[in-house]
Amino acid sequence: MNISLILIFGTMLLALWLGIRAQRGKDMSLEQWTVAGRGFGAGLVFLLMAGEIYTTFVFLGGSGFAYGVGGPAYYMLGFGSLSFVLSYWLLPPIWRFAKTHSLLSQPDFFAKKFNSPALGILVALVGVVALMPYLVLQLKGLGIIVSVASYSGLSSTQGVWIGAIVTVIYVMVSGVHGSAWTSVLKDFLVLAVAIFLGLYLPWHYYGGITSMFEAIEHAKPGFLALPATGKSAVWMTSTVLLTTLGFYMWPHMFMASFTAKSEQNLRRNAYTLPIYQMMLLFVFFVGFAAVLQIPGLTGPDIDLALFKISLATFDPWVVGIIGAAGVLTAIVPGSMILMAVSTLLANNVYRAWRTSTGNAEADNQHIGRVAKLAAPLVMLAGLWFTLQGGQTIVSLLLMAYSLVTQLFPALLASLLPSKPVSKAGAITGILVGEATVAALSVTKMTIADLIPFIPDALKDTNVGVVALALNVVAMLLVSVVTRSGVKQGSQSLQADSVA
Amino acid sequence: MSAVRYLALVPVASVMLGPFFCNRVTPFLFGLPFLLSWMALSLAMTSVVMYIVYRFDPRNAPGYQ
Repeated sequence: MNISLILIFGTMLLALWLGIRAQRGKDMSLEQWTVAGRGFGAGLVFLLMAGEIYTTFVFLGGSGFAYGVGGPAYYMLGFGSLSFVLSYWLLPPIWRFAKTHSLLSQPDFFAKKFNSPALGILVALVGVVALMPYLVLQLKGLGIIVSVASYSGLSSTQGVWIGAIVTVIYVMVSGVHGSAWTSVLKDFLVLAVAIFLGLYLPWHYYGGITSMFEAIEHAKPGFLALPATGKSAVWMTSTVLLTTLGFYMWPHMFMASFTAKSEQNLRRNAYTLPIYQMMLLFVFFVGFAAVLQIPGLTGPDIDLALFKISLATFDPWVVGIIGAAGVLTAIVPGSMILMAVSTLLANNVYRAWRTSTGNAEADNQHIGRVAKLAAPLVMLAGLWFTLQGGQTIVSLLLMAYSLVTQLFPALLASLLPSKPVSKAGAITGILVGEATVAALSVTKMTIADLIPFIPDALKDTNVGVVALALNVVAMLLVSVVTRSGVKQGSQSLQADSVA
Repeated sequence: MSAVRYLALVPVASVMLGPFFCNRVTPFLFGLPFLLSWMALSLAMTSVVMYIVYRFDPRNAPGYQ
């Protein structure tokens, strides 16, 4: 067993200990397990939200995307700006409504707002379908990290299994408390590693950051800006817009906002999180440093850029620390995703199924047990998909983002004072949006294929915009029809009663 | 608060217009490619602007049914 592997294992055990210890002194009811009894202060809410910023998506995908495509990777900085601005006004009313009605999950919110259990089940299913690729992404990243950082001392499959077992144990024992406290360890370690690599690698190979960019611009002119076609400025702004609208639609992010003790804590994050997101720059620097030093990585292999250049540069003990930080970027967000999926299945699907089959309504204690038992089953499903192989980390996440973004129009409509959307409109909009995303993902169509007469300038628009537009149109049309139907129905009832 | 909150549109406009009007590598700004520097500055500006919005929002005052 090499020093690198010892460091990675040691970190996993420390995360497991922290995760289990987090439940001490707490009665782990369903509300404690899922939303920490709505008692987290600004610090822990920050860590839960920030945990979303540093996942394997950024650690491997961010550096890999910078390595593979250059300028278009900057979209990750853009959607951070817009998401945090949006959160200032979006999250407090959601938190307020959830607290008033003691809601535990995202589908609870939709079901209560629209007074529609069917909508709650639909949102739960969308959440599960979108979160599975996200869980797979974390596990896939975990496998890459353990295998490469251990100098193949462990295979990717073995790494994935060990990480999955650690995650399942502390999720079952501590729920969101475990995720929050392991986030403390993760954020300190990842921050230190990202800044160190981002500063050291450009200095080591090029003599400085500016020298690195000058060398890249000389070797690959235009690589550091957006191309005129393909991932162009239109692609970037439309992708930023879509990911911004989807950022807080992830079930685990939505539920993380429920854990806050007050709405001020949520508003405060709007100015603290952008500072944290700035650390992405250092991750980009690592990817850019690898462009000329580790040439030739293509396809899914671009996700290896960070570790390939680390292996070529550092001693095994340094690679072990980098690997340990990487493992945490998979385990901690993975635990939040696992908990969210388990809660959706138990609280919103299983509970509804029991009621519909004529059984007595399950109490929260029973649902809590079902949620904890669902965790290992969900993880097994995630493992199965992970071991099937497939796409790059960023492409996997962008598809899942398109799925959750379809929930945004109905959510926004539910927060407006005039309540312009009916429950039938909300359900139709989401179904049309998701069906469009599925069709576009399967056929790999671009917006130019869909609308041949579209001006050249708009041909690079992210195709997810089409799904969102159809979603909104369907939602409003059905709302107008069903609203007028309701009005006519109530008028005829009044006429009958007068007669 | 009512007027101050519109400040939040500044970083939003900066992010959405940057790719069209600042899509270039040189001149390097703070040692970074021009567009990367622009996006990073937009993010930093988001933090400053949202802090101002937060401070002027009476709902965040100490002692705030």
